[in-house]
Amino acid sequence: MWKFLLPATFFAVLVGFFFVGLSRDPSQVPSPLIGKPAPAYTLPKVEDPAQKVTNADFSGKKHLVNVWATWCVECRKEHAVLLEIARQNIVPIVGLDWKDDLASAQQWLQQLGNPYVATAFDEEGRVAIDFGVYGAPETFLIDEQGKVLHKHIGSLSMEIWTNEFMPIIQGGK
Amino acid sequence: MNMSVELGHFALILAFTLALAQAFLGLVGSFTQRDHWMAAARSAVAGQLVFILFSFGCLTAAFLRNDFSVLYVANNSNTQLPMFYRFAAVWGAHEGSLLLWLLILGGWSAAVGVFNRAMSPVFTAKVLGILGLISAGFSLFIITTSNPFERLLPAALQGADLNPLLQDPALVAHPPMLYTGYVGLAVPFACAVAALLEGKLDAAWARWVRPWATVSWLFLTLGISLGSFWAYYELGWGGWWFWDPVENASFMPWLMCTALIHSLAVTEKRGLFKSWTVLLAIFGFSLSLLGTFLVRSGVLVSVHAFASDPSRGLFILAFLTICIGGALSLYGWRANRLKSDAGFAVVSRESFLLFNNVLLVVAAGLILLGTLYPLFIDALNLGKISVGPPYFSVVFLIPMLPLVLLLAVGMHAGWKQAKFSHIKKSLLIALVLAAIFSAVMTMLVFKRFSLLCFIGLIAGGWVLLSAIIEPISRFRAGHSLSPGIVAMSLAHLGVGVFMLGVTTVSTYTIEKDMSLSNGQTAEISGYQFTLIKTEQVTGPNYDAIQGTVKVTRDGKEVTVLYPQKRVYRVRTSPMTEAGIDAHWQRDLFVALGDDLGNGVWSVRIQYKPLVRFIWLGTVIMALGGLIGVTDRRYRAKVVAQPAETVAAPVGV
Repeated sequence: MWKFLLPATFFAVLVGFFFVGLSRDPSQVPSPLIGKPAPAYTLPKVEDPAQKVTNADFSGKKHLVNVWATWCVECRKEHAVLLEIARQNIVPIVGLDWKDDLASAQQWLQQLGNPYVATAFDEEGRVAIDFGVYGAPETFLIDEQGKVLHKHIGSLSMEIWTNEFMPIIQGGK
Repeated sequence: MNMSVELGHFALILAFTLALAQAFLGLVGSFTQRDHWMAAARSAVAGQLVFILFSFGCLTAAFLRNDFSVLYVANNSNTQLPMFYRFAAVWGAHEGSLLLWLLILGGWSAAVGVFNRAMSPVFTAKVLGILGLISAGFSLFIITTSNPFERLLPAALQGADLNPLLQDPALVAHPPMLYTGYVGLAVPFACAVAALLEGKLDAAWARWVRPWATVSWLFLTLGISLGSFWAYYELGWGGWWFWDPVENASFMPWLMCTALIHSLAVTEKRGLFKSWTVLLAIFGFSLSLLGTFLVRSGVLVSVHAFASDPSRGLFILAFLTICIGGALSLYGWRANRLKSDAGFAVVSRESFLLFNNVLLVVAAGLILLGTLYPLFIDALNLGKISVGPPYFSVVFLIPMLPLVLLLAVGMHAGWKQAKFSHIKKSLLIALVLAAIFSAVMTMLVFKRFSLLCFIGLIAGGWVLLSAIIEPISRFRAGHSLSPGIVAMSLAHLGVGVFMLGVTTVSTYTIEKDMSLSNGQTAEISGYQFTLIKTEQVTGPNYDAIQGTVKVTRDGKEVTVLYPQKRVYRVRTSPMTEAGIDAHWQRDLFVALGDDLGNGVWSVRIQYKPLVRFIWLGTVIMALGGLIGVTDRRYRAKVVAQPAETVAAPVGV
């Protein structure tokens, strides 16, 4: 009796849609910043608060801006990946320490190692707001002209680095 | 380093192997008629429950002692988190809530292992085997993609705290309730699949499945209701239902389960609708699995989606395909063997229940369509859209209105062929009373006529009154009331109460957003709200601004409300704690908005008439379910026999 097979048929169609749906990321709200100039900032440097870090320091260089904080458990997981990326020495990583405590941030970098060429200390989170940060960690890829090329929400992994970031970095060279 | 974390992980793996053993011994044992294999399947069920319990206990212990060397604990707890919430944080996020799911499945399987006297050992073994397959799939999912025992080394010094939204007593109870209902549907599902495998389904089968479906339904009802109650006072908007994908995911199984309960009654009493009942049992559990999939895979985003990861999604999709696809294919192959034993007249209890079923399934289908529509559009590359309340509210009403009207009459219809002569008068009186009540409410009490509300109140009042006709007339005639009748009447009474609440609140809520400074007064619906002061208060893990709002009416003090705006220290997310004065006939609702500077606050004030009826109605429904399962018929040892014919209406 074919009518008894109808439910299974409907379900098969549904599974097809789910499969396609899975390959898409609904949380990937495209950042309005992509293709636009990254926000300008001038902030104290975590490593030495007497110095300043500004976006101008990195103009003319492709670089990453990585948003992190010591209160962020995911960032602790991500840290090892960042160290590895820094070791590859492909692009410099700029840290943006978000709504954090300076002493803990310095201690964090001393204990876990410092993958950043410089870390900007965004105590009140104003720069993070300009960047449209939802939560830590988030990572932005910025090109030589200071334009945002790519944004990743959540912690980085080596797969994400090789599959998402590397093609953009190499494609642009 | 506390070893119990590794032990908990290990116990989970053991539970997985026992689930496999249960599936194998149960299914293969029943097909090859090996008694000792089937008996061993039962032991595997018990052993599995013990190991899951142990595993769950280990995770709970890690939370209680703030073991931040466990990633899941570090992500969802904090030393400042009160003990009570540390306990509840176990199911506060993805990994732990799945473990809870598994634990509840273990509990249900064990219950099947105990309460099965009415069924043959061969059938029971099949049911346990199928439950074992589900359990194996789920525990494998937890072990491979969502391990709650994963270590975080070096350990975090402090945890990231439990999501502040979940730090609420109602939300502590909500997931266990809802999951008990969700997972409980696995039992009717397994019974349906077992019946398809055996190619046989009789009245004894239906009688045995009924209480399982009813208990699941009862928990689903309470669980959904708790969630709605929580949303009402915690989200700060005063709404009680948002048609959020996750709410829909819990509501669709409820609709299916409601249909299933009614269809099972027909299958038991009249030997009809057999393949339909089986299909509903499959749909019910499929929708709860789908709910899990939708929430956990991140295919749909919503406020609830705290964990999304494509590898998890792929696993659940595969699992879904095996479970649901397998069951539906089996249905396509074997359902034609399940033949109905009798026919029925057009006007009969059977036709009313058939309409009930069709309308409930249509309602669930329309909600499913709305929930998945954004996904379809995205998959077909037509863009990203979202479907919201405007769609659902309208579309849901289309099948619901006829359903309630049929309900009032259908309750009194007899099996086979219904005659309404004896009941016509009572029904008409009930309808007239309901119409008078509705007219008084719309025109005299609220003084603003709305046609939809007028109809809604008539329907609600009519359902409510006709639900008590039967008990009253029996009581008058000196007959005793069977639990079945009481259960049916109560559940339908609950529907009536619920409808009155929903209709009134959605038509006559008065809502005002205003800015108040200290000493200023706002008035709605005869109540004066005066902001006395705002001050800083401190909780165990949050700081808050608390407003003191005095409410007076005709110069007399009604109450003083203390709405809060909390900021939890670790996650720094602001939370609104509304100040609510609850009363059976209305709620006064005050929520603090934003600080507008200079001591001025934006304040949202609402007057919500009969809003309590919404949850009161659901509690009455659940109570009906509870009384329904106490029916002694379900526990009596009965010999399978052809469905008996009953002329007078008895409890459904």
